[in-house]
Amino acid sequence: MHHVVEKKTYYIVSAWLMLLLVLTVAAAQRDLGAANVPIALAIAIAKAILIVLFFMHVRYGSPLVRLFAAGGFFWLLIMLGFILADVQARFSGW
Amino acid sequence: MTTEAHVAHHFDDAEQQYAAANLGMWLFLATEVLFFGGLFAGYAQYRYWYPTEFAAGSRRLDPTLGAINTAVLLTSSLTMALAVRAAQTNDRRGTVRLLALTIVLGSVFLGVKAYEYYHKYDENLIPGRSFSLSTGHGDSGDLTTLDSSRGVAEAREIDEGPVQIFLSFYFAMTGLHAAHMVIGIGLLGALLAAARRGAFSSDYFTPVEMTGLYWHFVDIVWVFLFPLLYLIR
Amino acid sequence: MTNPSAPGRNYLNVDYRFRSWLWTTDHKRIAILYMISVTLFFLVGGAAAVLFRLELMTPRGDLVIAETFNKLFTLHGVVMVFFFLIPAIPTVLGNFLLPMMLGARDLAFPRLNLASWYIFMTGGLLAIGSIIAGGVDTGWTFYTPYSSTYSNTNVMLAALGAFVAGFSSILTGLNFIVTTHTMRAPGMTWFRLPIFVWSHYATSIIMVLGTPVIAITLLLVALERGLGFGIFDPKLGGDPILFQHLFWFYSHPAVYIMVLPAMGVVTEIVPCFARNRLFGYTFVAFASLAIAVISFFVWGHHLFVSGQSIYAGMIFSVLSMLVAVPSAVKVFNWTATLYRGSVSLDTPMLYALGFIGLFTLGGLTGLFLATLAIDVHVHDTYFIIAHFHYIMVGGTVMGYLGGIHFWWPKITGRIYPEWWGRLSAGIIFIGFNLTFFPQFVLGYLGMPRRVHEYVDEFQVLNVMSSAGASILGVGYLIPLAYLIWSLRYGPVAGPNPWRATGLEWQTQSPPTTFNFETTPVVTEPPYHYDPGDFQMERIEQSPGAVQGTAR
Repeated sequence: MHHVVEKKTYYIVSAWLMLLLVLTVAAAQRDLGAANVPIALAIAIAKAILIVLFFMHVRYGSPLVRLFAAGGFFWLLIMLGFILADVQARFSGW
Repeated sequence: MTTEAHVAHHFDDAEQQYAAANLGMWLFLATEVLFFGGLFAGYAQYRYWYPTEFAAGSRRLDPTLGAINTAVLLTSSLTMALAVRAAQTNDRRGTVRLLALTIVLGSVFLGVKAYEYYHKYDENLIPGRSFSLSTGHGDSGDLTTLDSSRGVAEAREIDEGPVQIFLSFYFAMTGLHAAHMVIGIGLLGALLAAARRGAFSSDYFTPVEMTGLYWHFVDIVWVFLFPLLYLIR
Repeated sequence: MTNPSAPGRNYLNVDYRFRSWLWTTDHKRIAILYMISVTLFFLVGGAAAVLFRLELMTPRGDLVIAETFNKLFTLHGVVMVFFFLIPAIPTVLGNFLLPMMLGARDLAFPRLNLASWYIFMTGGLLAIGSIIAGGVDTGWTFYTPYSSTYSNTNVMLAALGAFVAGFSSILTGLNFIVTTHTMRAPGMTWFRLPIFVWSHYATSIIMVLGTPVIAITLLLVALERGLGFGIFDPKLGGDPILFQHLFWFYSHPAVYIMVLPAMGVVTEIVPCFARNRLFGYTFVAFASLAIAVISFFVWGHHLFVSGQSIYAGMIFSVLSMLVAVPSAVKVFNWTATLYRGSVSLDTPMLYALGFIGLFTLGGLTGLFLATLAIDVHVHDTYFIIAHFHYIMVGGTVMGYLGGIHFWWPKITGRIYPEWWGRLSAGIIFIGFNLTFFPQFVLGYLGMPRRVHEYVDEFQVLNVMSSAGASILGVGYLIPLAYLIWSLRYGPVAGPNPWRATGLEWQTQSPPTTFNFETTPVVTEPPYHYDPGDFQMERIEQSPGAVQGTAR
């Protein structure tokens, strides 16, 4: 239950996080058209997943903790999904 | 110190108490996701409606400071994770040192944030009656911009209203985030005092771990805020 | 300090000092604190209702001016929704019973539980403060841009009150979920949990995941009003419909925060007074969770005429119909539990049966409103008012009163006077229907809500409604009187006067501070009632008289 994570793991994760930070800044310098936003979001999500899995120990946690961790984000998707669907419909003049 | 000393009367054993604290913290974080989520929903809607104005607003922010702050915060998450590990492995001095380091990094973040806020105030970019794009002396605050989405080099007047909406989101989101940082630093201060007294060990480190979860969550919020606010083209 | 487990001691008489109440971490004492608080808020909200029902006796605005009328219905809505209906059953009955039903000594976080009460009271005082400072006129929904820009009343204080009270709700829900997961007694498997626990678990999901959204929304309104932020302001290109989306993302599920716990109460009462096993336990349990989850997919039916896109309206309309399915599953299961049961009509049962009937009526009219085309006609009329009062008053308040009567012997150790109990249950049922049924008709005829003057032809129905309201008011005051009376003069209850199942009935009344002398071990499924055994008992005794020493 009380898993002690190797220091090395934390350092590797941290290095990845810094790399992704550089990547997101670099990607934002270029005009990739419509791809800019998805790339920025994908990198942010990747960082968040790294933090949740390793720093927050969800990788070593019980299924219930994983469910609770995912639950909040799922509920957020419900809210974003419906609001943005309506916004899109109104914006397109449907 | 024995494990039993930390078990409250209504729990059977330390394991049950730990499970309760862990679940409780994760539920609290789920609440926090939805709390910030309301802001993200509004942000998404307006960014979709006013892409040009949001880009114009974003250009009034300093991405270098934003990137430095991101690095600072990510590093503080590392020191926090290591602090939990130190508590788990009975490393009392390490716990104290790493907690102190986390507090320092958190304070650096807030200092940079305060500096940024001051500049926005100086440039009349605080939303409200005195908000104005033109009176600022930032070099990127032109009232016109190239509308790249149409591929034509036509100058288009920027509507100040949605730019103010962008800055309203900037202040609401970063302000709420900063408030969470302040609370986090307060919690870390309390932990630091307790760690110096030797309150934590491999038998009992729940408060360190729970505060760590909170700190990492606040970090995750910033991971999204940084590209969404500072890096709009 | 006295020893809490000494003989003759219970959670009430263990310590009489004032401080021992204000610093208590005992879930049962905190439940009592909440009971007193929500009763006071109910009286405040009710007083406002009395005033505007008086005003609506005549078509002219002759008692109060329009501005005062607006403040009265806002006060009624804010206080009743945020400070009575949402907290009532979870914080009073849930707090008291959830740990006992699980066989636990307390909730998982007792100090957090006490903090919730203080947070709740702070929110309540802010809301009351906004009234004292001159009132609020936005309606309980705080719609922008009226609330954020134009209203000249104390919106900030009232919104802050609702904001603060929200955190009390979140922490209560969090406590319930964690307790249900981690504090169950040996043998208390998930499918041996009373439905009351399932409903509170489902309610807590909504509290934890919905409440933060209204918190941030009200915070944004406050920022907009106080500092001039422009997030919902149409002048800057902001979108008032965004406010409505965010507001109803919480406030529609909030209706289920109100009614799910009442369903839990009814599910405890019906098998006990029908002396029958609960029909379809698994279905009822999962229906609670289904209601909680589906409730988050339907909020757009509040925006049918607000400028939401027609396509979103159609999707929300269809999804809203879905909530009717698990709700109907519950109604059918309660009805099936009554079938071939040995039904006795004691006060809690009267309330439970009242709940089933009124909730069904409220739910069915909800289907009318979920239908896009009908809603366009009856939107913002008294039809809506009648519909949600059938759910909130006919549902939640009936459930709350039923639960209070059912567990009164457990909470206080005393029996309330049965004759008075039945009388007031009857008065409330009649008064309620007389108040709100005419409003269905009024709304269908086109009388808009939130007006203090109306055309002459609506007067007869309005007078009926106001007359009903006065009957309803009397019905609410009678229990207040006899319940307090029973604290001193009621017969001693004994541990299990209803011969009910459930762990809470296996300990003394009132319970000791730690609920059980030894942690109970559960070996049976819930609701193991036998229709035969109580019939014999009924013949021996006169109906309603409950023996103090009954086992």
